[in-house]
Amino acid sequence: MKSKSAAVPYLIWMVIFIVVPLVLVAYYAVTTPEGQFTISYISQVGEYTAVLMRSIWLALIATVICLFIAYPLAFIISRRSGNGQRTMIMLIMLPMWMNFLLRTYAWMTILEKNGLINRFLSNFGIGPLEMINTQGAVVLGMIYNYLPFMILPLYSVMTKIPNSLIEAAQDLGCNTKKILTKVLIPLTIPGISSGIIMVFIPSVSTFIISRMLGGGGNLLVGDLIELQFLGNAYNPNLGAAISLVLMVLILLCMSITNQFGDEEKGELLK
Amino acid sequence: MKWLSKSYVGVVMTFLYAPIIVLIVFSFNQSKSRGAWTGFTLDWYRQLFHNETILQSLMNTLVIAVVSSVIATLLGTLAAIGIVNMKRWQRNLVMNITYMPIINPEIVVGVSLMLLFVWIKSMGVAVEFGFVTLVLAHITFNVPYVILNVMPKLRQMDTSLYEAAQDLGCNPRQAFFKVVVPEILPGIISGFLMSFTYSLDDFIISYFVSGPTSQTLPITIYSMTRRKVSPEINALSAIIFVVVLVVLLAVNIHDAHKERESRMKARARA
Amino acid sequence: MKEENIVSLRNISVDFDGDPILTGLDLDIRDKEFVTLLGPSGCGKTTTLRTIGGFITPKSGDVFFDGVRINDLPPHKRHVNTVFQRYALFPHLNVFENVEFGLKLQKLPEHERRQRVQEMLELVNLSGFEHRNIDQLSGGQQQRVAIARALVNRPRVLLLDEPLGALDLKLRKEMQIELKRMQQSLEITFVYVTHDQEEALTMSDTVVVMNDGDILQVGTPQDIYNEPKNAFVADFIGESNIVDGVMYEDFLVEFAGRKFECVDKGFGSLERVDVVIRPEDLKIVDAKTAPLTGVVESVIFKGVHYEMIVDAHGYKWMVHSTACEEPGTFVGMEVRPFDIHIMHKMEVEG
Repeated sequence: MKSKSAAVPYLIWMVIFIVVPLVLVAYYAVTTPEGQFTISYISQVGEYTAVLMRSIWLALIATVICLFIAYPLAFIISRRSGNGQRTMIMLIMLPMWMNFLLRTYAWMTILEKNGLINRFLSNFGIGPLEMINTQGAVVLGMIYNYLPFMILPLYSVMTKIPNSLIEAAQDLGCNTKKILTKVLIPLTIPGISSGIIMVFIPSVSTFIISRMLGGGGNLLVGDLIELQFLGNAYNPNLGAAISLVLMVLILLCMSITNQFGDEEKGELLK
Repeated sequence: MKWLSKSYVGVVMTFLYAPIIVLIVFSFNQSKSRGAWTGFTLDWYRQLFHNETILQSLMNTLVIAVVSSVIATLLGTLAAIGIVNMKRWQRNLVMNITYMPIINPEIVVGVSLMLLFVWIKSMGVAVEFGFVTLVLAHITFNVPYVILNVMPKLRQMDTSLYEAAQDLGCNPRQAFFKVVVPEILPGIISGFLMSFTYSLDDFIISYFVSGPTSQTLPITIYSMTRRKVSPEINALSAIIFVVVLVVLLAVNIHDAHKERESRMKARARA
Repeated sequence: MKEENIVSLRNISVDFDGDPILTGLDLDIRDKEFVTLLGPSGCGKTTTLRTIGGFITPKSGDVFFDGVRINDLPPHKRHVNTVFQRYALFPHLNVFENVEFGLKLQKLPEHERRQRVQEMLELVNLSGFEHRNIDQLSGGQQQRVAIARALVNRPRVLLLDEPLGALDLKLRKEMQIELKRMQQSLEITFVYVTHDQEEALTMSDTVVVMNDGDILQVGTPQDIYNEPKNAFVADFIGESNIVDGVMYEDFLVEFAGRKFECVDKGFGSLERVDVVIRPEDLKIVDAKTAPLTGVVESVIFKGVHYEMIVDAHGYKWMVHSTACEEPGTFVGMEVRPFDIHIMHKMEVEG
């Protein structure tokens, strides 16, 4: 048990499959296909500022909406009895276990031009509404797919807050609003920050949701990367440069968010 | 207040489940159209079970999931034992790198692994994009979950258990298998299960490292969603939903049972 | 009659991450004795025990077992067993399987294993608990399983690392008596680590008082209590009044501004010494004729006696007495010559 050597196979694996690939991303980002050093790919990323900003903006909207939907829900669940909590959490996790492609596909069925909603509305002579292939549809897809990632960390911090704490706050003269701002929110900061991270990162880097629900017109940074590697635009060096920028951006976001939260990444990311 | 929170939970649950219910309902719809109900049929299920591509990719997915999660579990368990015994700075370094595949956007992980395999290929090593690259990639993103599950168990374990085993006549190897492994087994099992499910479910990383010869189920689903209308997806969704539901119910009932048992024990002791 | 040493430590030094824990420790443990290593936490007593158990390899020095050097013998090959501080029972095994663990490794036939486990469970009063899980036992019962699990292997030496620390007072007293009984009936050596001086005095044949990685005194409980070698031992073993004094000549010491007759000799003339007087050896007497006088500062009722602090011109004396004096009363105190213990000043601060 005293031996560190047990980790050696993993350490080798880690270097080959985690460290080297990330170094390769950086290497490809700053070299030409012939192997010459260049910063042209990095500066080329600047041309896609609009796409980058759109990705961040849509992901941000989705994250904020998730937070507002999830916060009351997580609180309600955390005040239930043991069995009630277990059932509710199971119900929330169940859709998560379905492949997200299927979940996103389901929304296509609902939102498309001759989809369920438009059929329903046509009974009243309304529509058809343009719902699919809009930014709204992309945000909806993000919320639908990643809402559980916001609920679960919030729930796991809230369930540790005893009722007596809230009663004590009431006893000391807090009204509902004050309980929220003075007691609940400060205590749930770790859950909030990890929920934000867990919703924002997959949202900002998605390419499936934007492709399936956003049509061709709402390119996100994930689509951009995918196009450079597997799409028509084949240009791995530019793809690597965009990936690098995205990675740095996200690490920056995380370190900012972590300032507010606890260092319990391991526990909360599980 | 009670009805308010109840109806709030109801609204969110409807949001989470409506699309899935739509998928399932339309899996029994005669018409190929996703909008209108034209009559009951089981045709799509029949077609699904005769669809070679789907069955083959399901097989691939299962094999890849089993192989990668078994290897990841071995590698990760050994790694956790080694890491626990490291000096603080070494442990922090290794853990920070280990978190990378979890923290990084999946698309960046996928791209970086794709670049790795391209690079290895360019060095003259014959790696075919397909089964091997998929397994390697899946092990890579699964190992961190095993480590994160096993490490806390190792830390919780009383180190004197290992000494006690030696004191009673175990050589270090016997002590490891007779005492340490049974102690951390719950962590190993949950790490394995997590790996297995992530491996079954993964699309984005697989998408970048798969080849034409070896497709996983999520990749096949993706290509099906690209062809606008294919009700077999609905049938597949329904089946997956039922499987997941059964598994989750079983796990929950098992957990509830265990909890009741431990409560009884606690009462018996008191 | 010279008894044989079962364990001998010679010039043992142990470092932990560069910090010296033991420096040149020598210790002999006689066969079939109940030996207690006593000292405050961090004094090196557990390290000494773990060195005997084989869990620590000393940086230098030799460990002898029955005359044979065993420095390089791993723990599983030593004829010693350990009762760990928090029991270290295997949670995945039940009571029977825990006790059977060592016997299985020795590959004993099943009927013999069964018989020995039963015997041992009987010895520790746990017959009928064979199939209980560990988490269904109370702390005291777990303690007994840990003892049975170690003793079933018939070790020559049993090492016990603060085994009663987690038990409540009443249970602790019962277990002290039982442990002593087991040691005597099994006729094996017990090496017992504790920081509880009362426990040490109750059970031991020999007490080893340690501090800062050094052995300060080795002796019978009576020796240690009545003739502590220095102020640290005196203070650690029971409560003591320790005051500065000067040795005038043999059998005459000065402290608290007065000369007292005593029974110690062999100190240098006018040597500065520590004077140790146990609180129960100070007698409250009439102030007019008493050698020491002072004002009662506080009184606490302790059940059997009153504990009084008496302020005598700046010296605060602790006095145990069955009679109670009101705070503020002017009292006299008297001490008999053989209750005055004179000690060389320690070089190190205790």
